[in-house]
Amino acid sequence: MKAMLSAFVAIAVIAVGSNLILQDAGFSSQDRATGQAVRLDD
Amino acid sequence: MHYVRIILGIFAVLASVNFASAQETSQPDRSATGGAQTLEDIMARQRGEQVDNSFRSDATGDPDSAAGIAQQLGTLGGASDPELWRALRFGSAKITATNSGPAATTLIQDGGMKWLQFREGPLIKYGGGLLLATLGLLAIFLLLRGRIRIDGEKTGNKIERFKAFERFGHWVLAGSFILLGITGLVSLMGRKFLIPAFGHEAFSTVAIASKWIHNNVSWAFMLALVMIFVMWVMHNLPSRTDINWLLKGGGIFGGGHPPAKKFNAGQKLIFWSVIVLGSSISVSGLALLFPFEINLFAPTFAKLNSIGLPGLIGIAELPTTLAPHEEMQYSQLWHAIVSFVLMAIIFAHIYIGSVGMEGAYDAMGSGEVEEQWAREHHSLWVEELKAKEGATPKGATPAE
Repeated sequence: MKAMLSAFVAIAVIAVGSNLILQDAGFSSQDRATGQAVRLDD
Repeated sequence: MHYVRIILGIFAVLASVNFASAQETSQPDRSATGGAQTLEDIMARQRGEQVDNSFRSDATGDPDSAAGIAQQLGTLGGASDPELWRALRFGSAKITATNSGPAATTLIQDGGMKWLQFREGPLIKYGGGLLLATLGLLAIFLLLRGRIRIDGEKTGNKIERFKAFERFGHWVLAGSFILLGITGLVSLMGRKFLIPAFGHEAFSTVAIASKWIHNNVSWAFMLALVMIFVMWVMHNLPSRTDINWLLKGGGIFGGGHPPAKKFNAGQKLIFWSVIVLGSSISVSGLALLFPFEINLFAPTFAKLNSIGLPGLIGIAELPTTLAPHEEMQYSQLWHAIVSFVLMAIIFAHIYIGSVGMEGAYDAMGSGEVEEQWAREHHSLWVEELKAKEGATPKGATPAE
């Protein structure tokens, strides 16, 4: 049971972690489809 | 129709779907329209027949025989406006775009409608049908066969079957797969079933959450898949005992328990299904996670064409030039189809590991199984353990 619960916690940790990493990985549509001259954030 | 035929070919599972097959037809007479498509072409397409489009896709003008710049229409450079549009529509125009993004130079791609229709039609129908049929068969099996009990008298002795880290790996894979399965079904079927029931507003929230979970939990699935492979591959190599086990149907319909090692042939089939189908789902999933970055299908189709597979199963050559969007459409369909198959297999796995068999759940619950259960279902494994126990001095760690 402990293994199962720790596995489920691990899934949550991996999901949150990968979300943080992917946000900065440069693969968002904004990063991929726009150049320096485009400012979508501002 | 394009998708349908290809996927029909790859999966004979959908063989009952009746779609028009490619026809070898000679070019019809189009003199009345000056070579443009005729009413018969349009009607044939509406009947769902395959129309050879080369008379349109190749008619994109000829710059080499362009009229002189001072002559009538000379400024068009040998391609009229309709010819230019045809080149755009059939993807042969040379386009430069200031947008730096992937697929920016694809101005028209016509795979989208076929993909959408297949996705909300046969994919949901046969995919959902497969899952429901599997659940139905399992329910019937439970009614007919009942729970598979431990035949002999329980000993009260427990044998360690899976160590904590093995159970951890299993549950990461299992937990992530269930989350991915549910959120994947929500993404695929939400438009058809959830929006009519709960409305757009409510579904929007669910869809956004589903997407977040599906995209991010995928990494846990992929990591656990690697973990499972490394931990258990040695135990899942085929052996001679598997043949006997399979011939006796695993003893599932009675007739005694065929001997098995740590994993019986049925479990090995589950293992390899998870590894092979799970890897395929992971690769197509990565192609979807990073749109337009990974092109899987044009190279695969070229390979299949070169070994002559389409000819063997009686379909036309597969397309080897795909618009970036078509790559994504094929990835999505492949991802969903393989996932449906794996979900159906995993339903059976969950069934036999829980309600279907007494004592089976302990293997992944506490990790320790009743010795009598182990002797009945994995007799050779128990013998191995006992032999090792006898040979190993106390306190030593078995080299497993």
